[in-house]
Amino acid sequence: MEPVLAIVVGVLMTASVYLMLSGNMLRFLFGLILISNAANLVIFTGGRLTPGAPALIPTGADSPPGEVANALPQALVLTAIVIGFGLLAFALVLVFRAYQSLGTLEADDMRVAEPEEDRK
Amino acid sequence: MAGTPGRRSDLYTISGALPVLIAAALFVWFLGMAPAVADGEVLRWAIPWVPSLDISISFVVDGLSLSFALLITGIGALVLLYSCAYLDGHEHFSRFMLYLTLFMLSMLGLVVADNLIVLFVFWELTTITSYLLIGFSHAAPDSRRSALQALLVTAAGGLALLAGMILLGVSAGSFELSEIRAMDEPFTEHAMYLPVLILFLLGAFTKSAQFPFHFWLPNAMAAPTPVSAYLHSATMVKGGVYLLARMHPTLGATEIWTWTLILFGGFTAVFAMVMALRQTDLKLALAYTTLMALGTLTLFLAAPVGYAITGMMTFLIVHSLYKAGMFLVVGIIDHETGTRDARLLGGLARSMPVTTLAAAVIGLSMAGLPPFVGFIGKEILYAGGLEMPGAVLVVGAALIANILLFATAFIVAFKPFWRPAGGELPKTPHEGPWPMLAGPLILAACGLAFGLIPWVIGGPLVTPGVHAVLGREGTVAELTLWHGINLPLILSLVTFAGGTAVYLRHLWLRARIAEAEARLIDFDERWDRFLDGLKAVAAWQTRILQSGYLTNYLMWIFATMSATLLVTIAARGGIDRVPEFPTLDLTHWIVVALVIAGSAVAVFSISRIAAIAGLGVVGIAVALIFVLYGAPDVAITQLLVEMLIVVLFAVAALHLPLLPKEHGVRKVHAGVALVVGGLTTALLMMASDGPIDRNLTDYFEVTSWPEAFGRNIVNVILVDFRALDTFGEIAVVVIAAIGAYALLKGAPEKEAS
Repeated sequence: MEPVLAIVVGVLMTASVYLMLSGNMLRFLFGLILISNAANLVIFTGGRLTPGAPALIPTGADSPPGEVANALPQALVLTAIVIGFGLLAFALVLVFRAYQSLGTLEADDMRVAEPEEDRK
Repeated sequence: MAGTPGRRSDLYTISGALPVLIAAALFVWFLGMAPAVADGEVLRWAIPWVPSLDISISFVVDGLSLSFALLITGIGALVLLYSCAYLDGHEHFSRFMLYLTLFMLSMLGLVVADNLIVLFVFWELTTITSYLLIGFSHAAPDSRRSALQALLVTAAGGLALLAGMILLGVSAGSFELSEIRAMDEPFTEHAMYLPVLILFLLGAFTKSAQFPFHFWLPNAMAAPTPVSAYLHSATMVKGGVYLLARMHPTLGATEIWTWTLILFGGFTAVFAMVMALRQTDLKLALAYTTLMALGTLTLFLAAPVGYAITGMMTFLIVHSLYKAGMFLVVGIIDHETGTRDARLLGGLARSMPVTTLAAAVIGLSMAGLPPFVGFIGKEILYAGGLEMPGAVLVVGAALIANILLFATAFIVAFKPFWRPAGGELPKTPHEGPWPMLAGPLILAACGLAFGLIPWVIGGPLVTPGVHAVLGREGTVAELTLWHGINLPLILSLVTFAGGTAVYLRHLWLRARIAEAEARLIDFDERWDRFLDGLKAVAAWQTRILQSGYLTNYLMWIFATMSATLLVTIAARGGIDRVPEFPTLDLTHWIVVALVIAGSAVAVFSISRIAAIAGLGVVGIAVALIFVLYGAPDVAITQLLVEMLIVVLFAVAALHLPLLPKEHGVRKVHAGVALVVGGLTTALLMMASDGPIDRNLTDYFEVTSWPEAFGRNIVNVILVDFRALDTFGEIAVVVIAAIGAYALLKGAPEKEAS
């Protein structure tokens, strides 16, 4: 399954990069969502895949009896999902506020700090 | 600068008296070690600092360290005392004394450090404190420029030195200088010898202002005179010489060491003396004689000859004494007459008798006349030079430099006092206050005393110092005024004759040198051009990389990312085989199809709601992947977050404009996107094809229950083993929430208006 997920990750990366390059801030945010998903899948897949065996220790045992899913990347991904969400929520509010103040979602038209005439 | 009448002098305040007392106490403390060091003992203290990296805070006092330490603390005490009067009533007096004290302590740490890293820390501290001192009159642009120049030149050398030290420490297997010196196999045979040597020389030459890094030192004159006196005599610039002396047993005694030091040291010495003769500002003339001294010291460190090293050690002490004294005298002249212009000054002998006396004694020692210690220093230099490889070159350079030094000594130490004044002085000259006279008088007395009874410095300082520099017992020249009639004595007589001749014609020579200088390369101007060039490159790359357009920034980021991915893949040998694709059941195919379909909708739809729905589909499909491969906790989190995102975006979208319709595919962007995507896929295929290190996972699996009493390993990792990380993660979310709240609630006035 790892090669298949590698391709899925590639598709997600392609889509997110293309969206982020569009210059529209809403599309940029869409790209941000996809790239977090892609990054999480990279970590998850990198730890190898074990179908149907969660990393649990049955009652009475001291350690998992057989081969179980790699717990470490899961823990990392869990953290990453939450932080990714924090980042996204903040970015969304920022874009929203920027639109309220500047009246545009096009990054190239947001020129308060770097006015066009100042550029050389 | 003079205080108002009735005001208590700054000398009698805490910030005035305390530094002087600290310096004096340290001097006495070090003096107490002299008997032990004279007996050949090496005192050492060490406390572990970073034991895992074999770094400890270790200090060592041997003859070399002790000589330096005594000069630093002794001259330091005198300079600090002098400053109390020189800067009495200055608005930043306390600040000045603090800087100067820190400077002294940094330099002291530098010369007693036994660990390379500790030595480097103090090395950089001297750079920083000297920057603060040179730029002390920070309102003057000249002062700031000189300070920055000194900082940039010496800090650049410091970086080279750091690289050299790490290289040396790693290849020698120890960061302790004493251990490196004690190794059986000489480091000069090591494969890394040449790079280490070059890096150390860069550090030493920039610090000690050897040609072609000499230009910062005369500019450092921008500092108040006590700083110059200190910086030129015992501290800062001597740091480089100290480093060379300290590393002599480890890095020295090779052909390349010898010839590099002879060429750079010799050229610096001669060049500096020619430039010194050209100056009309007394202080600037002295600054160039410092360059000469540094060049001479470097020159005589070139060879592992006992006599030459004795000459180096003696001249080090001689120079520190007369240079500090002479600078302090010039400071008194400047302070009491308001000028340092040699063309203007004259007739000071009547109004400033004590200063005149001090200047005369110091000047005679500087000129190298008997019975002053300067004579002994010069004799031994000639004797040592005659035994070195390239003796003609060494002695020739020393002879020319000494002839010019002789003339300069008379220009600085006698002319202003004895000849008639050349013009109206800005102030009516009168004698300086006692704290300012104490330094020059004591230093002058030392110059005479050490000349008459040279064994005082010979036994406890010079002899153990020579042994420390050589790293073994060596033949040490005897310090005495009378060696009989021999070649060094004849060379001395030539020096006096030549010096007198130069002095008599110095006005004519000065004019010739000034003419020649106009045709030479101006290093100061080159430096400015170099800085301008650097700034132009910075501006150019900023224009390219930071164009002000988000898309351009992202293009650079993705291009860099692709490049690093490509390098990584190539470095690991590329993909050698196409991985086997497993046969998948329907569930898996559906999940894959959902991700691709959802992404496609998000990319191509111009409906906000459709795009958000597409993103939701991708999120749920990813959650399904987590479910299929044994990660229920991750899946639950993913689902919750995905739902929140969809809700948030749906709400926000109501207040945001429609997505603009895109005309066709952006071809360049699509290309970049495909490259990034393709490379990620390739890397992930490679990574998941190779072996995996399961050490950490195994550890968590066997310790989760016995140590943390949790059966869900993922949860135990999060809340127990990596609890601090999770805490940080929560903090991030909280900060994001606070930020978002502030953005939404804060500053609504603008929309209202």
